[in-house]
Amino acid sequence: MELTALPSKESANAKKKRYAPNALSVPAQASIIVFFSFYTLLCILPILLVLAVSFTDEKTIAAYGYGFIPKSFSLDAYRFLFKDWQTIARSYGVTVLVTTVGAVTGLFMTACYAYPLSRTHFRLRHFFSFFVFFTMLFKGGLVPMYMVYNKYLHVGNTIYALIIPNLLMGAFYVLMMRTFFTITIPNEVYESAEIDGAGDLRIFFRIVLPLSKPVLATVGLFYTLSYWNDWFNSMIFINNDNIVSLQYLMQKTLLNIQYLLNNPNLTAQARIDFPGESARMAMAIIGIGPIVFAYPFFQRYFIQGLTVGAVKG
Amino acid sequence: MGSKFMTHKPVRRSLFSDFRKQKYLFILLLPGTLYLLVNNYLPMIGTIIAFKKVNYVKGIFGSPWVGFDNFKFLFTTTDAYVITRNTVLYNLVFIALGLLFAVAFAVLLNEIRIRFVAKFFQSALFFPHFLSFVVVGYLVYSLLSIENGFVNKHLLSVLGKDPINWYNEPNYWPFILTSVHLWKSVGYGTVIYLAAIVGVDASYYEAALIDGASKWKQFTNVTLPSLVPIITILTLMSIGHIFYADFGLFYQVPLNSGMLYPTTLVIDTYVYNILTSPLHGDLGMATAAGLYQSLVGFVLVLLSNGLIRKINKENALF
Repeated sequence: MELTALPSKESANAKKKRYAPNALSVPAQASIIVFFSFYTLLCILPILLVLAVSFTDEKTIAAYGYGFIPKSFSLDAYRFLFKDWQTIARSYGVTVLVTTVGAVTGLFMTACYAYPLSRTHFRLRHFFSFFVFFTMLFKGGLVPMYMVYNKYLHVGNTIYALIIPNLLMGAFYVLMMRTFFTITIPNEVYESAEIDGAGDLRIFFRIVLPLSKPVLATVGLFYTLSYWNDWFNSMIFINNDNIVSLQYLMQKTLLNIQYLLNNPNLTAQARIDFPGESARMAMAIIGIGPIVFAYPFFQRYFIQGLTVGAVKG
Repeated sequence: MGSKFMTHKPVRRSLFSDFRKQKYLFILLLPGTLYLLVNNYLPMIGTIIAFKKVNYVKGIFGSPWVGFDNFKFLFTTTDAYVITRNTVLYNLVFIALGLLFAVAFAVLLNEIRIRFVAKFFQSALFFPHFLSFVVVGYLVYSLLSIENGFVNKHLLSVLGKDPINWYNEPNYWPFILTSVHLWKSVGYGTVIYLAAIVGVDASYYEAALIDGASKWKQFTNVTLPSLVPIITILTLMSIGHIFYADFGLFYQVPLNSGMLYPTTLVIDTYVYNILTSPLHGDLGMATAAGLYQSLVGFVLVLLSNGLIRKINKENALF
């Protein structure tokens, strides 16, 4: 099944030959390319601005504001963050831990739930499909959710608060995976496996999962990204600075630069020299960095995933 | 299968024998089912506190009933009107402009015949989707910060205009939030519509070409009609969610600035603000606002699905 959004090389070449008469004129195509070049700049420039500010000397920022070209280059912001490394390393650690545990557990639970829904001999599959689908239609809302987790399950101020609420298993991904299983694994595969004496569990682990690597990669990345980018759970469940996620640390820094000075290990001199404006932007760069570097590798899977999701469930 | 011959009802196996034979399927379903119960169904039951005078210490079941008082109180404030208006209007604008831009971008990208260039643009457009709203908050702040922002310091001063106090002036924010939303989400729509366009049978365009159809005619007579099913389904799904706002956009990008509330407060941020106010504010009213959102949202999803079924049964969600 061809899932990528753009046609494969062969079909593109074939199209080119057949469709040369339908191609736009060269100037028209060139102007489309120019237009998208500008739009691409629009997507990238704000990040370059933040990057430039993070390398700008504090006095220059005070005099000229945020600019794209640092009038005087400085590494002060990064030097400061390096001195303040405990705060950042801790929330990086929290985010990495939460993302790994959350994405792996979530992916496994999603696959386990989706598989029985895809088996036609499972009579309750419609009931369990509806059970998960209904959560997309009607939501309890923030306050009851907060009370369930905080008052009755006591997850507040624990690492579980960053892993379990809202993010662990998404109805949309369950249905997406069920659709994928139904489409890609024909009934004959199940029949021949059953004739060979394989039970439901063995079929799931030995046949279904290995055949479903593309959808596992896509859904796994969706989960990874939603954990990596999460600040909401830290914001509502955590009062303890030791277990906040990286994104929430960034949010706090954006609202109040002084937040970075909370680290008791900082020397008095470091506090006086505090390059607030540039350090704030350096914080953003530290948070964006991994996404920018990983993006070229994982974006293909997301595009695949969106196309699978478009298939009706 | 064997059990068919062993039970008394030869045609229909009993649920119990199914359960025994398929116990592993139930075991696989167990973790997810428990999670949905806790994460989704318990909070649904918890919405009964919208009809109670909520006391956090007494909890969901211990708090005394007050009937519809919370709703009465909510709808006598002007807040209810403002948050409903903001939520619905923003979403309507987002749906209309999002559709327009995404389809236009997809059609234009499809005309680029140099494959890797088109692919590169698609990736670039999609990139903002992967940034968290905290990061987007930083990006907007670097442009709009009052003392140092690029717009005040460089753009407005070059034009000879006075700096603008962006984070205190509510009237600019409908434009800012709409631009940010489009910037972040248009790539997503573009990917979906581009996939649909690529999937259109090439022979339609061949025939159109033989008939001498211009590019515009091809768009209105071939491309657009083949996009209609997916446009309908996505649009009606968004209309179903018109009562839900994107919390990150409305909370992080305006930095939750109180001065901006007239144009930035939506149902979701309103509920959140009450929940986190000292002493938890009026939780009953916040839950009432949440339940009002869920119920109207639910009705809208059902209505839009009914509408999809009427147009084309194949495209309906359920």
